[in-house]
Amino acid sequence: MAQIAFMLAVFAATSVVSYLLISKVPQRLHTPLMAFTNAVSAVTILGALLLFADEVSPVEGVLGGLALVMAAFNLIGGFAVTDRMTGMFKQQ
Amino acid sequence: MGSWQDVTVDLIVIAVFIAGIAQFRSPQGARRGNVTTAVAFAAALGLLVYRNAIGYPWAVVPATVVGGLLGWLVSSRITMTRIPALIALQNGAGGGASLLVSLVELGRMGSSAGVLPTTFAVAGALVGGVALSGSTIAAAKLEGRMSPRPRTLRGHNAVLLALLALVVAAGALTLTLGDAARIAALAVLVGSTLALGVVFSVRVGGADMPVMISLLNAFSGLAAAFVGVAIGNQMLIAAGAMVGSSGTVLTLVMAKAMNRPVSAIMVGRQLAEEPRAAAPVVPEAQAAVPGAEAVAEPAADPAAATEPEPATGSPVERAAAALAQASSVIIVPGYGMALAQAQSEVAALAAKLESAGKTVRFAVHPVAGRMPGHMHVLLAEADVDYDHLFEMDAINDDFAATDAALIVGACDVVNPAAISAADTPISGMPILNAHEAGTVIVCNLDEKPGYSGVPNPLYDNPRTILVFGDAKQTVGELLRDATVHQP
Repeated sequence: MAQIAFMLAVFAATSVVSYLLISKVPQRLHTPLMAFTNAVSAVTILGALLLFADEVSPVEGVLGGLALVMAAFNLIGGFAVTDRMTGMFKQQ
Repeated sequence: MGSWQDVTVDLIVIAVFIAGIAQFRSPQGARRGNVTTAVAFAAALGLLVYRNAIGYPWAVVPATVVGGLLGWLVSSRITMTRIPALIALQNGAGGGASLLVSLVELGRMGSSAGVLPTTFAVAGALVGGVALSGSTIAAAKLEGRMSPRPRTLRGHNAVLLALLALVVAAGALTLTLGDAARIAALAVLVGSTLALGVVFSVRVGGADMPVMISLLNAFSGLAAAFVGVAIGNQMLIAAGAMVGSSGTVLTLVMAKAMNRPVSAIMVGRQLAEEPRAAAPVVPEAQAAVPGAEAVAEPAADPAAATEPEPATGSPVERAAAALAQASSVIIVPGYGMALAQAQSEVAALAAKLESAGKTVRFAVHPVAGRMPGHMHVLLAEADVDYDHLFEMDAINDDFAATDAALIVGACDVVNPAAISAADTPISGMPILNAHEAGTVIVCNLDEKPGYSGVPNPLYDNPRTILVFGDAKQTVGELLRDATVHQP
Protein backbone atom coordinates (compact mmCIF):
# COMPACT_ATOMS: atom_id res chain seq x y z
CA MET A 1 0.00 0.00 0.00
CA ALA A 2 2.79 2.34 0.95
CA GLN A 3 4.36 1.75 -2.43
CA ILE A 4 1.18 2.61 -4.25
CA ALA A 5 0.87 5.76 -2.23
CA PHE A 6 4.49 6.54 -3.08
CA MET A 7 3.83 5.96 -6.77
CA LEU A 8 0.80 8.21 -6.74
CA ALA A 9 2.67 10.87 -4.81
CA VAL A 10 5.55 10.85 -7.28
CA PHE A 11 3.14 10.90 -10.20
CA ALA A 12 1.27 13.88 -8.80
CA ALA A 13 4.36 15.84 -7.86
CA THR A 14 6.18 15.22 -11.12
CA SER A 15 3.03 16.04 -13.10
CA VAL A 16 3.01 19.53 -11.70
CA VAL A 17 6.73 20.04 -12.22
CA SER A 18 6.63 18.49 -15.67
CA TYR A 19 3.82 20.73 -16.73
CA LEU A 20 5.69 23.83 -15.65
CA LEU A 21 8.91 22.74 -17.31
CA ILE A 22 7.61 21.23 -20.50
CA SER A 23 5.50 24.21 -21.38
CA LYS A 24 8.76 26.15 -21.50
CA VAL A 25 10.42 23.80 -23.98
CA PRO A 26 10.32 25.44 -27.43
CA GLN A 27 8.53 23.52 -30.16
CA ARG A 28 11.75 23.04 -32.06
CA LEU A 29 13.03 20.83 -29.25
CA HIS A 30 9.92 18.67 -28.92
CA THR A 31 11.33 15.87 -30.99
CA PRO A 32 14.56 15.61 -28.95
CA LEU A 33 12.46 15.87 -25.79
CA MET A 34 10.39 12.89 -26.86
CA ALA A 35 13.53 10.92 -27.56
CA PHE A 36 14.93 11.92 -24.16
CA THR A 37 11.89 10.94 -22.10
CA ASN A 38 11.71 7.78 -24.17
CA ALA A 39 15.25 6.89 -23.10
CA VAL A 40 14.37 7.42 -19.46
CA SER A 41 11.34 5.14 -19.79
CA ALA A 42 13.86 2.37 -20.39
CA VAL A 43 14.42 2.45 -16.62
CA THR A 44 12.58 -0.83 -16.88
CA ILE A 45 16.03 -2.31 -17.45
CA LEU A 46 16.38 -2.27 -13.67
CA GLY A 47 13.46 -4.67 -13.45
CA ALA A 48 15.03 -6.90 -16.07
CA LEU A 49 18.33 -6.98 -14.21
CA LEU A 50 16.66 -7.78 -10.92
CA LEU A 51 15.13 -10.87 -12.46
CA PHE A 52 18.62 -12.31 -12.44
CA ALA A 53 19.17 -11.67 -8.77
CA ASP A 54 17.22 -14.82 -8.07
CA GLU A 55 17.44 -18.26 -9.50
CA VAL A 56 16.33 -18.30 -13.10
CA SER A 57 14.77 -21.15 -15.03
CA PRO A 58 15.74 -21.56 -18.70
CA VAL A 59 12.46 -20.06 -19.92
CA GLU A 60 12.75 -17.18 -17.50
CA GLY A 61 16.32 -16.72 -18.62
CA VAL A 62 15.34 -16.40 -22.25
CA LEU A 63 12.51 -14.00 -21.53
CA GLY A 64 14.64 -12.00 -19.14
CA GLY A 65 17.53 -11.91 -21.56
CA LEU A 66 15.26 -10.68 -24.30
CA ALA A 67 13.93 -8.02 -21.95
CA LEU A 68 17.51 -6.91 -21.30
CA VAL A 69 18.29 -6.64 -25.00
CA MET A 70 15.16 -4.61 -25.66
CA ALA A 71 15.56 -2.34 -22.67
CA ALA A 72 19.23 -1.70 -23.46
CA PHE A 73 18.29 -0.91 -27.07
CA ASN A 74 15.78 1.64 -25.80
CA LEU A 75 18.09 3.11 -23.19
CA ILE A 76 21.33 3.53 -25.12
CA GLY A 77 19.57 4.23 -28.40
CA GLY A 78 17.43 6.89 -26.79
CA PHE A 79 20.30 8.81 -25.22
CA ALA A 80 22.41 8.44 -28.36
CA VAL A 81 19.76 9.75 -30.73
CA THR A 82 18.93 12.65 -28.41
CA ASP A 83 22.58 13.59 -28.26
CA ARG A 84 22.87 13.44 -32.03
CA MET A 85 19.82 15.61 -32.59
CA THR A 86 20.66 18.25 -30.02
CA GLY A 87 24.20 18.41 -31.33
CA MET A 88 22.95 19.42 -34.76
CA PHE A 89 21.44 22.76 -33.87
CA LYS A 90 23.67 25.65 -34.75
CA GLN A 91 23.54 29.26 -33.91
CA GLN A 92 25.96 31.88 -35.05
CA MET B 1 10.16 0.30 1.11
CA GLY B 2 13.92 0.57 0.98
CA SER B 3 16.36 2.04 3.39
CA TRP B 4 16.85 5.77 3.61
CA GLN B 5 19.99 5.46 1.50
CA ASP B 6 17.95 3.91 -1.28
CA VAL B 7 15.37 6.62 -1.04
CA THR B 8 18.04 9.30 -1.20
CA VAL B 9 19.54 7.77 -4.31
CA ASP B 10 16.13 7.54 -5.93
CA LEU B 11 15.41 11.14 -5.16
CA ILE B 12 18.75 12.20 -6.57
CA VAL B 13 18.01 10.35 -9.80
CA ILE B 14 14.60 12.00 -10.06
CA ALA B 15 16.13 15.39 -9.35
CA VAL B 16 18.68 14.89 -12.10
CA PHE B 17 16.00 13.88 -14.56
CA ILE B 18 13.89 16.92 -13.71
CA ALA B 19 16.99 19.08 -14.05
CA GLY B 20 17.52 17.44 -17.43
CA ILE B 21 14.09 18.47 -18.66
CA ALA B 22 14.61 21.94 -17.24
CA GLN B 23 17.66 22.34 -19.48
CA PHE B 24 15.65 21.64 -22.60
CA ARG B 25 15.13 25.30 -23.31
CA SER B 26 18.06 25.57 -25.66
CA PRO B 27 19.75 22.96 -27.82
CA GLN B 28 23.04 23.23 -25.93
CA GLY B 29 21.21 22.92 -22.61
CA ALA B 30 19.30 19.96 -23.94
CA ARG B 31 22.51 18.22 -24.90
CA ARG B 32 23.96 18.86 -21.44
CA GLY B 33 20.80 17.69 -19.72
CA ASN B 34 20.81 14.54 -21.80
CA VAL B 35 24.38 13.67 -20.91
CA THR B 36 23.89 14.43 -17.22
CA THR B 37 20.84 12.23 -17.02
CA ALA B 38 22.61 9.44 -18.89
CA VAL B 39 25.45 9.57 -16.38
CA ALA B 40 23.00 9.52 -13.47
CA PHE B 41 21.39 6.49 -15.05
CA ALA B 42 24.70 4.71 -15.31
CA ALA B 43 25.27 5.44 -11.64
CA ALA B 44 21.84 4.08 -10.74
CA LEU B 45 22.51 0.92 -12.73
CA GLY B 46 25.88 0.45 -11.08
CA LEU B 47 24.37 0.88 -7.65
CA LEU B 48 21.66 -1.64 -8.39
CA VAL B 49 24.09 -4.26 -9.54
CA TYR B 50 26.32 -3.58 -6.57
CA ARG B 51 23.49 -3.82 -4.05
CA ASN B 52 21.63 -6.80 -5.42
CA ALA B 53 24.23 -9.34 -6.43
CA ILE B 54 22.90 -9.84 -9.93
CA GLY B 55 23.81 -13.34 -11.01
CA TYR B 56 24.35 -14.99 -14.39
CA PRO B 57 26.84 -12.41 -15.66
CA TRP B 58 27.58 -14.64 -18.67
CA ALA B 59 23.99 -14.01 -19.83
CA VAL B 60 23.29 -10.57 -18.42
CA VAL B 61 26.38 -8.79 -19.74
CA PRO B 62 26.18 -10.01 -23.37
CA ALA B 63 22.44 -9.36 -23.52
CA THR B 64 22.86 -5.81 -22.28
CA VAL B 65 25.86 -5.14 -24.46
CA VAL B 66 24.18 -6.49 -27.60
CA GLY B 67 21.07 -4.42 -27.02
CA GLY B 68 23.04 -1.31 -26.17
CA LEU B 69 25.37 -1.66 -29.12
CA LEU B 70 22.48 -2.22 -31.51
CA GLY B 71 20.72 0.80 -30.09
CA TRP B 72 23.79 2.95 -30.46
CA LEU B 73 24.52 1.81 -34.02
CA VAL B 74 20.99 2.41 -35.26
CA SER B 75 20.82 5.82 -33.59
CA SER B 76 24.13 6.89 -35.10
CA ARG B 77 23.14 5.96 -38.62
CA ILE B 78 19.49 6.83 -38.90
CA THR B 79 18.57 9.71 -41.18
CA MET B 80 16.73 12.60 -39.57
CA THR B 81 13.77 11.89 -41.80
CA ARG B 82 13.19 8.59 -40.03
CA ILE B 83 13.74 9.80 -36.49
CA PRO B 84 10.04 9.69 -35.49
CA ALA B 85 9.81 6.07 -36.58
CA LEU B 86 12.93 5.25 -34.61
CA ILE B 87 11.55 6.90 -31.49
CA ALA B 88 8.44 4.79 -31.90
CA LEU B 89 10.51 1.64 -32.29
CA GLN B 90 12.65 2.37 -29.25
CA ASN B 91 9.54 3.04 -27.22
CA GLY B 92 8.09 -0.28 -28.32
CA ALA B 93 11.25 -2.03 -27.23
CA GLY B 94 10.97 -0.52 -23.76
CA GLY B 95 7.32 -1.48 -23.52
CA GLY B 96 8.16 -4.99 -24.62
CA ALA B 97 10.81 -5.23 -21.92
CA SER B 98 8.23 -4.27 -19.29
CA LEU B 99 5.86 -6.86 -20.69
CA LEU B 100 8.47 -9.58 -20.47
CA VAL B 101 9.56 -8.66 -16.96
CA SER B 102 5.94 -8.62 -15.80
CA LEU B 103 5.40 -12.00 -17.40
CA VAL B 104 8.31 -13.58 -15.62
CA GLU B 105 7.20 -12.05 -12.34
CA LEU B 106 3.68 -13.35 -12.86
CA GLY B 107 5.06 -16.77 -13.63
CA ARG B 108 7.06 -16.72 -10.44
CA MET B 109 4.33 -15.33 -8.25
CA GLY B 110 1.88 -18.08 -8.85
CA SER B 111 -1.13 -18.36 -6.67
CA SER B 112 0.75 -17.65 -3.49
CA ALA B 113 1.26 -14.00 -4.29
CA GLY B 114 -1.15 -11.43 -3.01
CA VAL B 115 -3.79 -9.75 -5.11
CA LEU B 116 -1.96 -6.46 -5.11
CA PRO B 117 1.40 -7.55 -6.55
CA THR B 118 -0.43 -9.68 -9.11
CA THR B 119 -2.63 -6.78 -10.12
CA PHE B 120 0.32 -4.56 -10.71
CA ALA B 121 2.23 -7.19 -12.57
CA VAL B 122 -0.79 -7.67 -14.82
CA ALA B 123 -1.05 -3.91 -15.22
CA GLY B 124 2.62 -3.78 -16.19
CA ALA B 125 2.08 -6.51 -18.76
CA LEU B 126 -1.02 -4.80 -20.10
CA VAL B 127 0.45 -1.36 -20.52
CA GLY B 128 3.79 -2.71 -21.73
CA GLY B 129 2.13 -4.92 -24.32
CA VAL B 130 -0.04 -2.10 -25.62
CA ALA B 131 3.04 0.11 -25.84
CA LEU B 132 4.90 -2.60 -27.76
CA SER B 133 2.32 -3.40 -30.42
CA GLY B 134 0.98 0.15 -30.60
CA SER B 135 4.47 1.55 -31.13
CA THR B 136 5.22 -1.03 -33.80
CA ILE B 137 2.11 0.02 -35.72
CA ALA B 138 3.11 3.66 -35.27
CA ALA B 139 6.57 2.98 -36.63
CA ALA B 140 5.08 1.13 -39.59
CA LYS B 141 2.75 4.01 -40.40
CA LEU B 142 5.54 6.54 -40.11
CA GLU B 143 7.82 4.53 -42.35
CA GLY B 144 5.12 4.26 -44.96
CA ARG B 145 4.91 0.49 -44.59
CA MET B 146 1.36 0.80 -43.46
CA SER B 147 -1.37 3.07 -44.70
CA PRO B 148 -1.75 6.18 -42.56
CA ARG B 149 -5.50 6.02 -43.04
CA PRO B 150 -7.18 5.32 -39.75
CA ARG B 151 -8.98 2.02 -39.73
CA THR B 152 -12.05 1.78 -37.62
CA LEU B 153 -13.59 -1.63 -37.08
CA ARG B 154 -17.28 -2.17 -36.63
CA GLY B 155 -17.92 -1.91 -32.94
CA HIS B 156 -14.38 -0.73 -32.39
CA ASN B 157 -14.92 0.30 -28.80
CA ALA B 158 -16.62 -2.98 -28.00
CA VAL B 159 -13.60 -4.87 -29.31
CA LEU B 160 -11.29 -2.75 -27.17
CA LEU B 161 -13.33 -3.42 -24.07
CA ALA B 162 -13.59 -7.13 -24.81
CA LEU B 163 -9.83 -7.45 -25.16
CA LEU B 164 -9.33 -5.50 -21.96
CA ALA B 165 -11.71 -7.79 -20.14
CA LEU B 166 -9.82 -10.77 -21.50
CA VAL B 167 -6.57 -9.40 -20.10
CA VAL B 168 -8.08 -8.83 -16.70
CA ALA B 169 -9.69 -12.25 -16.65
CA ALA B 170 -6.51 -14.01 -17.70
CA GLY B 171 -4.61 -12.07 -15.06
CA ALA B 172 -7.08 -12.97 -12.37
CA LEU B 173 -6.90 -16.61 -13.35
CA THR B 174 -3.16 -16.74 -12.74
CA LEU B 175 -4.00 -16.36 -9.08
CA THR B 176 -6.08 -19.48 -8.97
CA LEU B 177 -4.80 -21.88 -11.57
CA GLY B 178 -2.23 -24.58 -11.20
CA ASP B 179 1.08 -24.45 -13.04
CA ALA B 180 0.22 -25.79 -16.47
CA ALA B 181 -3.04 -23.93 -16.79
CA ARG B 182 -1.38 -20.76 -15.59
CA ILE B 183 0.99 -20.83 -18.53
CA ALA B 184 -2.02 -20.95 -20.83
CA ALA B 185 -3.57 -18.02 -18.97
CA LEU B 186 -0.36 -16.05 -19.37
CA ALA B 187 -0.28 -16.81 -23.07
CA VAL B 188 -3.82 -15.49 -23.41
CA LEU B 189 -2.78 -12.44 -21.44
CA VAL B 190 0.11 -11.66 -23.76
CA GLY B 191 -1.93 -12.27 -26.90
CA SER B 192 -4.74 -10.04 -25.69
CA THR B 193 -2.53 -7.10 -24.73
CA LEU B 194 -0.72 -7.21 -28.04
CA ALA B 195 -4.02 -7.36 -29.88
CA LEU B 196 -5.29 -4.49 -27.74
CA GLY B 197 -2.33 -2.37 -28.76
CA VAL B 198 -2.98 -3.09 -32.42
CA VAL B 199 -6.69 -2.31 -32.23
CA PHE B 200 -5.98 0.82 -30.25
CA SER B 201 -3.49 2.23 -32.71
CA VAL B 202 -4.93 1.32 -36.11
CA ARG B 203 -7.68 3.77 -35.44
CA VAL B 204 -5.27 6.69 -35.23
CA GLY B 205 -4.44 8.53 -38.43
CA GLY B 206 -0.88 8.83 -39.70
CA ALA B 207 -0.74 12.56 -39.16
CA ASP B 208 -1.64 12.12 -35.51
CA MET B 209 1.10 9.62 -34.83
CA PRO B 210 3.22 12.08 -32.83
CA VAL B 211 0.52 12.45 -30.23
CA MET B 212 0.00 8.72 -30.05
CA ILE B 213 3.70 8.03 -29.73
CA SER B 214 3.90 10.53 -26.92
CA LEU B 215 0.98 8.82 -25.22
CA LEU B 216 2.58 5.40 -25.68
CA ASN B 217 5.77 6.87 -24.28
CA ALA B 218 3.85 7.83 -21.18
CA PHE B 219 2.40 4.31 -21.14
CA SER B 220 5.80 2.66 -21.18
CA GLY B 221 6.78 4.86 -18.24
CA LEU B 222 3.67 3.74 -16.39
CA ALA B 223 4.43 0.13 -17.24
CA ALA B 224 7.83 0.49 -15.59
CA ALA B 225 6.19 2.05 -12.53
CA PHE B 226 3.72 -0.82 -12.27
CA VAL B 227 6.53 -3.34 -12.50
CA GLY B 228 8.22 -1.38 -9.74
CA VAL B 229 5.20 -1.71 -7.48
CA ALA B 230 4.92 -5.41 -8.26
CA ILE B 231 8.52 -6.17 -7.35
CA GLY B 232 8.96 -3.48 -4.73
CA ASN B 233 11.63 -1.38 -6.44
CA GLN B 234 11.41 2.26 -5.64
CA MET B 235 13.59 3.62 -8.38
CA LEU B 236 11.43 1.94 -10.96
CA ILE B 237 8.33 3.39 -9.39
CA ALA B 238 9.77 6.88 -9.25
CA ALA B 239 11.35 7.02 -12.70
CA GLY B 240 8.38 5.29 -14.30
CA ALA B 241 5.85 7.60 -12.70
CA MET B 242 7.92 10.55 -13.78
CA VAL B 243 8.03 9.50 -17.41
CA GLY B 244 4.34 8.70 -17.20
CA SER B 245 3.48 12.17 -16.03
CA SER B 246 5.85 14.10 -18.29
CA GLY B 247 4.72 11.96 -21.21
CA THR B 248 1.11 12.81 -20.50
CA VAL B 249 1.90 16.50 -20.24
CA LEU B 250 3.85 16.43 -23.50
CA THR B 251 0.99 14.62 -25.21
CA LEU B 252 -1.46 17.32 -24.19
CA VAL B 253 0.95 20.10 -25.13
CA MET B 254 1.55 18.60 -28.57
CA ALA B 255 -2.12 18.01 -29.21
CA LYS B 256 -2.81 21.62 -28.36
CA ALA B 257 -0.07 22.82 -30.70
CA MET B 258 -1.60 20.75 -33.45
CA ASN B 259 -4.98 22.18 -32.55
CA ARG B 260 -6.44 18.73 -32.14
CA PRO B 261 -8.14 17.46 -29.01
CA VAL B 262 -6.68 14.16 -27.87
CA SER B 263 -10.11 12.54 -27.91
CA ALA B 264 -10.58 13.29 -31.59
CA ILE B 265 -7.15 11.90 -32.38
CA MET B 266 -7.79 8.65 -30.57
CA VAL B 267 -10.95 7.90 -32.50
CA GLY B 268 -9.32 8.69 -35.79
CA ARG B 269 -10.97 11.82 -36.98
CA GLN B 270 -8.58 12.82 -39.68
CA LEU B 271 -6.48 15.87 -40.10
CA ALA B 272 -4.40 17.04 -42.99
CA GLU B 273 -1.06 15.72 -43.96
CA GLU B 274 1.46 17.09 -46.42
CA PRO B 275 1.70 15.27 -49.74
CA ARG B 276 5.02 13.71 -50.71
CA ALA B 277 7.17 15.92 -52.93
CA ALA B 278 8.90 12.80 -54.31
CA ALA B 279 9.45 9.11 -53.60
CA PRO B 280 6.93 6.28 -54.10
CA VAL B 281 3.65 6.96 -52.43
CA VAL B 282 1.49 4.36 -50.73
CA PRO B 283 -1.45 4.35 -53.12
CA GLU B 284 -4.25 6.07 -51.32
CA ALA B 285 -7.92 5.86 -52.03
CA GLN B 286 -7.97 9.57 -52.69
CA ALA B 287 -11.10 11.40 -51.72
CA ALA B 288 -12.80 12.48 -54.92
CA VAL B 289 -11.50 15.89 -55.86
CA PRO B 290 -14.68 17.92 -55.57
CA GLY B 291 -14.22 20.45 -58.34
CA ALA B 292 -17.48 22.03 -57.31
CA GLU B 293 -16.34 22.66 -53.77
CA ALA B 294 -16.98 26.32 -53.19
CA VAL B 295 -13.84 27.79 -51.78
CA ALA B 296 -13.16 31.47 -51.42
CA GLU B 297 -10.04 32.59 -53.26
CA PRO B 298 -7.58 34.65 -51.29
CA ALA B 299 -8.05 38.29 -52.25
CA ALA B 300 -5.75 39.15 -55.13
CA ASP B 301 -3.29 41.90 -54.38
CA PRO B 302 -3.10 44.13 -57.42
CA ALA B 303 -0.09 46.02 -56.12
CA ALA B 304 2.12 42.96 -55.81
CA ALA B 305 5.11 42.69 -58.11
CA THR B 306 4.17 39.52 -59.94
CA GLU B 307 5.05 37.59 -63.01
CA PRO B 308 2.60 37.63 -65.93
CA GLU B 309 0.72 34.47 -67.02
CA PRO B 310 2.74 31.49 -68.23
CA ALA B 311 4.38 32.63 -71.40
CA THR B 312 7.66 34.02 -70.27
CA GLY B 313 9.64 30.93 -69.51
CA SER B 314 9.49 27.68 -67.67
CA PRO B 315 8.22 27.54 -64.10
CA VAL B 316 11.76 27.25 -62.80
CA GLU B 317 12.85 30.32 -64.71
CA ARG B 318 9.91 32.35 -63.49
CA ALA B 319 10.45 31.19 -59.95
CA ALA B 320 14.13 32.02 -60.10
CA ALA B 321 13.31 35.48 -61.44
CA ALA B 322 10.80 36.05 -58.66
CA LEU B 323 13.38 35.06 -56.08
CA ALA B 324 16.00 37.29 -57.67
CA GLN B 325 13.64 40.26 -57.50
CA ALA B 326 12.47 39.61 -53.97
CA SER B 327 14.14 41.35 -51.08
CA SER B 328 12.39 39.23 -48.47
CA VAL B 329 11.72 35.50 -48.67
CA ILE B 330 9.94 33.08 -46.35
CA ILE B 331 10.48 29.38 -46.95
CA VAL B 332 7.76 26.94 -45.89
CA PRO B 333 9.15 23.40 -45.58
CA GLY B 334 6.94 20.35 -45.39
CA TYR B 335 7.35 16.63 -45.05
CA GLY B 336 7.58 16.36 -48.81
CA MET B 337 10.93 18.10 -48.58
CA ALA B 338 12.16 15.40 -46.25
CA LEU B 339 10.89 12.64 -48.50
CA ALA B 340 12.68 14.18 -51.45
CA GLN B 341 15.75 14.59 -49.23
CA ALA B 342 15.88 18.16 -50.48
CA GLN B 343 16.75 19.84 -47.21
CA SER B 344 20.37 20.49 -48.11
CA GLU B 345 19.38 22.09 -51.43
CA VAL B 346 16.83 24.22 -49.61
CA ALA B 347 19.41 25.24 -47.01
CA ALA B 348 21.96 26.07 -49.69
CA LEU B 349 19.40 28.14 -51.60
CA ALA B 350 18.52 30.02 -48.42
CA ALA B 351 22.18 30.75 -47.76
CA LYS B 352 22.70 31.88 -51.35
CA LEU B 353 19.73 34.22 -51.25
CA GLU B 354 20.87 35.61 -47.97
CA SER B 355 24.35 36.32 -49.23
CA ALA B 356 22.69 38.32 -52.01
CA GLY B 357 21.32 40.60 -49.32
CA LYS B 358 17.82 39.21 -48.97
CA THR B 359 16.04 38.49 -45.71
CA VAL B 360 15.42 34.77 -45.61
CA ARG B 361 13.40 33.03 -42.93
CA PHE B 362 11.78 29.65 -42.45
CA ALA B 363 8.20 29.28 -41.29
CA VAL B 364 7.52 25.97 -39.56
CA HIS B 365 3.95 24.87 -38.97
CA PRO B 366 3.27 22.84 -35.80
CA VAL B 367 2.28 19.78 -37.80
CA ALA B 368 4.98 20.06 -40.43
CA GLY B 369 7.00 16.89 -40.64
CA ARG B 370 6.04 13.75 -38.84
CA MET B 371 6.35 15.22 -35.36
CA PRO B 372 6.47 18.70 -33.81
CA GLY B 373 10.08 19.69 -33.99
CA HIS B 374 10.86 17.25 -36.78
CA MET B 375 11.30 19.98 -39.41
CA HIS B 376 13.64 21.82 -37.10
CA VAL B 377 15.85 18.82 -36.67
CA LEU B 378 15.85 18.20 -40.42
CA LEU B 379 16.86 21.76 -41.17
CA ALA B 380 19.43 21.75 -38.38
CA GLU B 381 20.98 18.71 -39.99
CA ALA B 382 21.24 20.74 -43.18
CA ASP B 383 23.12 23.42 -41.23
CA VAL B 384 20.39 26.02 -41.05
CA ASP B 385 20.89 28.28 -38.05
CA TYR B 386 18.04 27.83 -35.69
CA ASP B 387 17.43 31.51 -35.34
CA HIS B 388 16.24 31.42 -38.96
CA LEU B 389 13.44 29.06 -37.95
CA PHE B 390 10.19 30.64 -36.85
CA GLU B 391 7.11 29.13 -35.29
CA MET B 392 3.80 29.85 -36.95
CA ASP B 393 2.59 32.40 -34.43
CA ALA B 394 5.82 34.37 -34.65
CA ILE B 395 5.89 34.75 -38.41
CA ASN B 396 2.35 34.47 -39.71
CA ASP B 397 1.66 38.18 -39.77
CA ASP B 398 4.80 38.84 -41.80
CA PHE B 399 3.75 37.05 -44.95
CA ALA B 400 1.72 39.99 -46.20
CA ALA B 401 4.83 42.17 -46.21
CA THR B 402 7.04 39.50 -47.74
CA ASP B 403 7.91 39.47 -51.42
CA ALA B 404 8.20 35.75 -51.98
CA ALA B 405 6.98 32.63 -50.20
CA LEU B 406 8.73 29.43 -51.25
CA ILE B 407 6.76 26.29 -50.37
CA VAL B 408 8.67 23.03 -50.51
CA GLY B 409 6.75 19.80 -50.07
CA ALA B 410 3.87 21.30 -48.12
CA CYS B 411 0.21 21.57 -49.02
CA ASP B 412 -2.41 21.49 -46.31
CA VAL B 413 -0.46 23.66 -43.89
CA VAL B 414 -0.72 26.51 -46.41
CA ASN B 415 -4.16 25.64 -47.72
CA PRO B 416 -6.45 28.68 -47.52
CA ALA B 417 -9.46 26.35 -47.77
CA ALA B 418 -8.86 25.56 -44.14
CA ILE B 419 -10.01 29.00 -43.18
CA SER B 420 -12.53 29.73 -45.90
CA ALA B 421 -14.37 26.45 -46.26
CA ALA B 422 -16.36 24.70 -43.58
CA ASP B 423 -16.83 20.95 -43.17
CA THR B 424 -13.56 19.82 -44.63
CA PRO B 425 -11.19 17.64 -42.60
CA ILE B 426 -8.88 20.59 -42.19
CA SER B 427 -11.42 23.30 -41.45
CA GLY B 428 -10.41 25.29 -38.48
CA MET B 429 -6.81 24.20 -38.62
CA PRO B 430 -4.55 27.23 -38.40
CA ILE B 431 -2.42 27.65 -41.52
CA LEU B 432 0.63 29.55 -42.55
CA ASN B 433 -0.45 32.62 -44.51
CA ALA B 434 1.78 31.97 -47.48
CA HIS B 435 -1.04 33.05 -49.77
CA GLU B 436 -0.56 36.62 -48.53
CA ALA B 437 2.95 36.91 -49.87
CA GLY B 438 3.73 38.90 -53.00
CA THR B 439 4.62 35.83 -55.03
CA VAL B 440 4.01 32.25 -54.04
CA ILE B 441 6.33 29.56 -55.40
CA VAL B 442 5.28 25.96 -54.87
CA CYS B 443 7.84 23.18 -55.21
CA ASN B 444 5.66 20.13 -54.72
CA LEU B 445 5.56 16.86 -56.58
CA ASP B 446 2.23 17.48 -58.26
CA GLU B 447 -1.08 19.25 -57.87
CA LYS B 448 -2.77 16.44 -56.02
CA PRO B 449 -4.24 17.51 -52.69
CA GLY B 450 -2.81 16.35 -49.43
CA TYR B 451 -4.35 13.55 -47.42
CA SER B 452 -7.26 15.73 -46.49
CA GLY B 453 -8.30 15.52 -50.11
CA VAL B 454 -9.15 19.20 -49.98
CA PRO B 455 -7.93 20.96 -53.12
CA ASN B 456 -5.64 23.87 -52.51
CA PRO B 457 -6.82 27.12 -54.10
CA LEU B 458 -3.23 28.33 -54.05
CA TYR B 459 -2.70 26.14 -57.08
CA ASP B 460 -5.38 28.01 -59.01
CA ASN B 461 -4.20 31.44 -58.05
CA PRO B 462 -2.56 33.16 -61.05
CA ARG B 463 -0.02 34.71 -58.71
CA THR B 464 1.31 31.29 -57.81
CA ILE B 465 4.27 29.84 -59.64
CA LEU B 466 3.92 26.06 -59.69
CA VAL B 467 7.19 24.21 -60.01
CA PHE B 468 6.18 20.57 -59.94
CA GLY B 469 8.55 17.67 -59.72
CA ASP B 470 11.11 16.13 -57.43
CA ALA B 471 11.99 18.91 -54.99
CA LYS B 472 15.61 17.84 -54.84
CA GLN B 473 15.85 18.59 -58.54
CA THR B 474 13.63 21.64 -58.77
CA VAL B 475 15.15 23.38 -55.77
CA GLY B 476 18.54 22.35 -57.07
CA GLU B 477 17.77 24.19 -60.29
CA LEU B 478 16.66 27.26 -58.38
CA LEU B 479 19.92 27.10 -56.51
CA ARG B 480 21.96 26.87 -59.68
CA ASP B 481 20.08 29.81 -61.12
CA ALA B 482 20.62 31.88 -58.00
CA THR B 483 24.31 31.03 -58.06
CA VAL B 484 24.68 32.10 -61.67
CA HIS B 485 22.84 35.38 -61.34
CA GLN B 486 24.04 36.39 -57.94
CA PRO B 487 27.64 35.37 -57.53
